[in-house]
Amino acid sequence: MTFVRRCRAACLAISMLWCLAGAVPAVRAETVLKVVMHSDLKIVDPIWTTAYIVRNHGYMIYDTLFATDANGDIKPQMIGKYDLSADKLTYTMTLRDGLLWHDGKPVTAEDCVASIRRWAQKDTMGQKMMSFVKDLTVVDAKTFKIILKEQTGLVLPALGKPSSNVPFMMPKRVADTPASEQISDFTGSGPFVFKKDEWKPGDKTVYVKFAQYKPRPEPASGLAGGKVVKVDRIEWRAISDHQTAINALLAGEIDYIESPPHDLLPVLKQDANMKLVNINPLGNQYAFRFNTLAKPFDNAKVRQAVMVAFNQKDFLEAVIGDASYYKVCKAMFPCGSPNSSTKGMDGYLDSNFEKAKALLKEANYDGTPIVLLHSTDLAVLTNLAPVAKSLMEKAGFKVDMQSMDWQTLVARRAKKDPPAQGGWHAFLTSWVAADILNPVSAGFLNASCDTAMFGWPCDKELESLRDQYARETNPSKFKTIAEAVQVRVTQYPTHIWLGQWYGPAAMRKNVDGVLQAPVTVFWGIEKKGR
Amino acid sequence: MRGYIVRRLLATIPVVTVVAIFVFLLLRLSGGDPAAVIAGDSATTQQVQEIRLKLGLERPIGEQFVIWVGRILRGDFGESYFFKKTVAELIRDRLEPTLALAVCTLLLAVAMAVPLGVVAAVRRGTWIDRTVMGFSVLGFSVPVFVIGYALIYLFAIELGWLPVQGYQRLAEGFWGFLERLILPSVTLAVIYVALIARITRASVLEVLGADHVRTARAKGLGAASVLLRHVLRNAAVPIVTVIGLGVALLIGGVVVTESVFGIPGLGRLTVDAVLARDYPTIQAVVLLFSVVYVMINLVVDLTYTLLDPRIRY
Repeated sequence: MTFVRRCRAACLAISMLWCLAGAVPAVRAETVLKVVMHSDLKIVDPIWTTAYIVRNHGYMIYDTLFATDANGDIKPQMIGKYDLSADKLTYTMTLRDGLLWHDGKPVTAEDCVASIRRWAQKDTMGQKMMSFVKDLTVVDAKTFKIILKEQTGLVLPALGKPSSNVPFMMPKRVADTPASEQISDFTGSGPFVFKKDEWKPGDKTVYVKFAQYKPRPEPASGLAGGKVVKVDRIEWRAISDHQTAINALLAGEIDYIESPPHDLLPVLKQDANMKLVNINPLGNQYAFRFNTLAKPFDNAKVRQAVMVAFNQKDFLEAVIGDASYYKVCKAMFPCGSPNSSTKGMDGYLDSNFEKAKALLKEANYDGTPIVLLHSTDLAVLTNLAPVAKSLMEKAGFKVDMQSMDWQTLVARRAKKDPPAQGGWHAFLTSWVAADILNPVSAGFLNASCDTAMFGWPCDKELESLRDQYARETNPSKFKTIAEAVQVRVTQYPTHIWLGQWYGPAAMRKNVDGVLQAPVTVFWGIEKKGR
Repeated sequence: MRGYIVRRLLATIPVVTVVAIFVFLLLRLSGGDPAAVIAGDSATTQQVQEIRLKLGLERPIGEQFVIWVGRILRGDFGESYFFKKTVAELIRDRLEPTLALAVCTLLLAVAMAVPLGVVAAVRRGTWIDRTVMGFSVLGFSVPVFVIGYALIYLFAIELGWLPVQGYQRLAEGFWGFLERLILPSVTLAVIYVALIARITRASVLEVLGADHVRTARAKGLGAASVLLRHVLRNAAVPIVTVIGLGVALLIGGVVVTESVFGIPGLGRLTVDAVLARDYPTIQAVVLLFSVVYVMINLVVDLTYTLLDPRIRY
């Protein structure tokens, strides 16, 4: 009997304890989003380098004064209000209330002025903007002025620039680091905090929600609007092998892959737990870049012959393959962007080989082999050069295609040596659409000769048109100037645009709220259940 | 013996010197520019040039080499061009995963291969022998990454028994550490098993025909006793030799396996550093691997004295 009583007492005690445990509110499990980005994060200074993974890191932990929304309009972000003087020479900008750095200190105008100066040391659009600026002055703790020497419409587009180098705001003590050195303090005011103590390059990068971040009241739109964070922690996992990353996603070990290769998308489509989301509606644009210093590409007519010989579909089919992930777009500025137009493009990009041959004859092309650099290790670029070679040969060019890995190509394209002695005539690459929205930000349109990007085009008229765009203060006139730039590029080709392509992100079905923006961002995303 | 060890240790100096010169020159003569990688694809030529100056890449190659060697001799492996970390720190962070993978692979390989080789030798000419040797050929022929993908598909995706990728440090839990090492170790062990099994079989066959083994059998010793005490010990020298030589295979295999299974070890660090042209990291890792290889061969040579009392240095 004693034993039975003891058993009953024990059962009663256990039942009571069980009930009490149920009555205690369960601690909410931390939501962790595990992501595989397109590259591993090694450098963590988004002003020191233009690499996209570092830009993406910047959007996690920093904020910007202005930002580009889903319609391509520049909207205030950290700025609460701003105005432009009647003579259009002074911008007065006031920060929003409640902006804090991750160390709890308030964001000040002084921090912003220092950050603008540092950014403009490196960024070409920033440099262009600063060429119009007389001074940056601090008025009070939250207000500063941008005083111009002459009118320009560049200030807001430059400060709201979506892609590398983005004008991220940093504390003054950090922004005072010369742009030629990397920062070592990663304090930002963005929606996430970088966990440097947990950062293991080649393994994982960790961000946690910044609890004191104050989002704007309006909904998120593109890179603008309210940046509301709905996960506690984000881990960027470095899985370099695409197949392994896909397998990890299928097995539920990770939640999101930023850019799975196109040939593996069918594998993901078969799984009911997966979804593919096109997060960047403007996509990317392929480009064929000339070296205008190297004969025969120093002759504009020869370059025009290439433009006449090419067509976009062959390139897009060879790499992307699935028409739902590419678009033939003859506009130099991406289709769907404000400056997009096909003006001046009649007769170009139609693979008219007879016309191309006629142009070569007019230009007295002597059969010099065109040294075409072919990168072999990036899936999105590998098949471009063979297509270019084929089309150019049909037009009468002799082509010497030289294969190498991307980093070797990057080093070689910086050389001005003659092509036969280690130089080059042409190579192919891809731009994120956000980088090429206007004549000032599009790097390949810089025709300032020696100070231009590799390829070194040199054309006063093109530079004059770009300058005109930079000086224009009436946004309704931007497109007209952009069209004039495009027409000029058909006469003095700096590069050839070879169509738009899209790379959807892959994620598990329980991941929701992904924003469409030109850059991969993680505010708004939530993870429900498993 | 002590003198032999000292002589062998001193002999590593010219070996490491040659490796250092070779890797240094090879990196600088090959294509690619770390400054361009650092600056990013949208950088201008001027920005790339600024970084080159900052990294000292504009100095003559000879001067760069002397500076680097001077640092190495002071124990300073330099700072990675990319990570805000010293190379020593990077290597320290990545050492445990590679060591764990290598040790697991080695233990697994020896535990599987030696018995397989012995059985194949003892059952020479039978289906067992042919199966083991067939497996050995397959193990050599199929690339490591194919084996890895196949194992992932079967055990991680279809059956869901083991994780697809990743590494968990031992301090974070033994089972998590072990379950993440099973598939990579098996993947890497396959080629090692193939190699050791073949050598074991050949070596055991040679000893099985020896006079002393016939004598042992004639004395009435059991088969197991003959095998373990008289055959294996005499056949061990070539087996141990091939285990030592196989470390080179292991190092190469680790690079591929860590990439396939997402293990953040030295192999992955090497691949990432090569792709990024991170010269200080590449140089340090290659030097480290060469020193490890030399040391392992020294250990193998010293092991001979334990296995064969006739060998004395």
